[in-house]
Amino acid sequence: MHETTVILIEVGALLLLLALAGRFAARLGQSPIPFYMTVGLLFGTGGLLSLQASKPFLETGSEIGVVLLLLMLGLEYSPKELVGNLKKSARTGLWDALLNAIPGAVFGLLMGWGAIGAMVMAGVTWVSSSGVVAKLLTDMGRLGNRETPAVLSVLVMEDLAMAFYLPVLSAVVIGASLLQGAITVAIAVASVGLILFLAVRFGNRISRIFNPEHVETLVIGVLGLAMLIAGLAATVQVSSAVGAFLVGIALSGQVAHAAQKYLTPVRDIFAAIFFVFFGLTTDARQIPSALVPALLLAVVTMATKYLTGYLAARKVGVARPGRLRAGLVLIPRGEFSIIIAAMAVMAGADSFIASVAATYVLITVIVGPILVRLGDSSRVRNWLASKPAS
Amino acid sequence: MTVRIERIELPGIGFRDDIVTAEGRHVGVITHRDGHRDVVLYERDDPDTAIESVALNSHEADALAGLLGQTALVGHIADLGAGTMGLFTERLLLPHDSRFLDQPLGATEARTKTGVSIVAICRGDGVIASPTPQETLRKEDVLIAVGTRRGLDSLEKILAKNSL
Repeated sequence: MHETTVILIEVGALLLLLALAGRFAARLGQSPIPFYMTVGLLFGTGGLLSLQASKPFLETGSEIGVVLLLLMLGLEYSPKELVGNLKKSARTGLWDALLNAIPGAVFGLLMGWGAIGAMVMAGVTWVSSSGVVAKLLTDMGRLGNRETPAVLSVLVMEDLAMAFYLPVLSAVVIGASLLQGAITVAIAVASVGLILFLAVRFGNRISRIFNPEHVETLVIGVLGLAMLIAGLAATVQVSSAVGAFLVGIALSGQVAHAAQKYLTPVRDIFAAIFFVFFGLTTDARQIPSALVPALLLAVVTMATKYLTGYLAARKVGVARPGRLRAGLVLIPRGEFSIIIAAMAVMAGADSFIASVAATYVLITVIVGPILVRLGDSSRVRNWLASKPAS
Repeated sequence: MTVRIERIELPGIGFRDDIVTAEGRHVGVITHRDGHRDVVLYERDDPDTAIESVALNSHEADALAGLLGQTALVGHIADLGAGTMGLFTERLLLPHDSRFLDQPLGATEARTKTGVSIVAICRGDGVIASPTPQETLRKEDVLIAVGTRRGLDSLEKILAKNSL
């Protein structure tokens, strides 16, 4: 059989399987992310079957998936919101970083992965999944709740922090000498700062090159721009993900709304490929030995994340039940943790990191939504009501 | 009375406008980026928790706004009538011994003598809207009259007269 024929069969079957897994997830009220990853683990290295022919295709697809995930995330925020949030919630963002990145870093050191491993794990445990959390808030009818703006601003701060963290990480993982590393980091941070400034300042002009009325050229053009900038960013070690995120932020107004609407299905396809590809490249045989450390890490960082949300909600004067809700809803980790782990492994870090990160994300992204629903049950509410408010 | 509206940004989603009613209830409207709205109601004792959220597309939101706007307008006009124009609506029961019993409506000469318009007559379960002067008045008729305070008072006296 011709190779492309094999690719069609393999990818087609895989996508069909992902669709079934996604339906199953939706029925359980869960995010599809853990299901996509599990499908990947089943067919990957050390899994039941292996998909060798389509690996290069899936790898490229997974790269596009990262670009689209971050582009869409950037499109959700207007530059005004980012700057406003930075002023308002800088302190919350700092607590969040300290409470959640430090346990990851300590874990990385304890596992003997050295400074790079510590930095990777810090990122993995730090960032909640904006996608999963936003979906949970919508599904649970909580958009109107008073703690919700606090939860959203934690997410915004994390996403913004990633724009600086990822370039630094990619500079560090290539393992340059100290001086060379410092230069790369400086270039990376400076270019992110510059692009962010240009996006906030001249975003309207950048948006004007696209016509929001013409769907076809809009979709092709925005995707093209995002991939181009992502690629250019990667060549200067700023990481493709950050390049795409900044393009998303720079686009605003009608163009951003239209692009968001029409690119969402495209994003869904390639994001699924991204998660499945991470599963494919993770050695499923390592999962059992990763289970205990990942579980311990998950317990600790679910607690610290809960505390972050609790404090953020308390800061804006929300009562006890709202603080509890804010704490629980932030627990799921997702796309960013996987992006970070994937970056580290691609740069040649210990492959066991990927197994631990995968197991860790699977735990938090499954347990988080369950805890959120439990927190809303009448028994917990009554128990809270019986306690005096602090 | 002015109503205070508070706007809260919801990064990545849109924004929420809140009003607090005189009763102390919170009502919120979430405006999503794509233009659809959620009308949100809050628990009486816990203003942090949304108990009900109704999603409206832009047409439904328009219709609801029209509905609320309309009743607000009618209330506004009624207010104007009572306050500045001195125009009132009253329900007058035709007395049992009135001399206008079984007489045509025109015999009361309500409009010429008092400037009051009889806009409807309630009889039993039915209503005769815009009655003609030829309409005969019956026992237990209720006249819906619109006019000034003075006009309405004198019409009441006229109707109460029992002898020619």
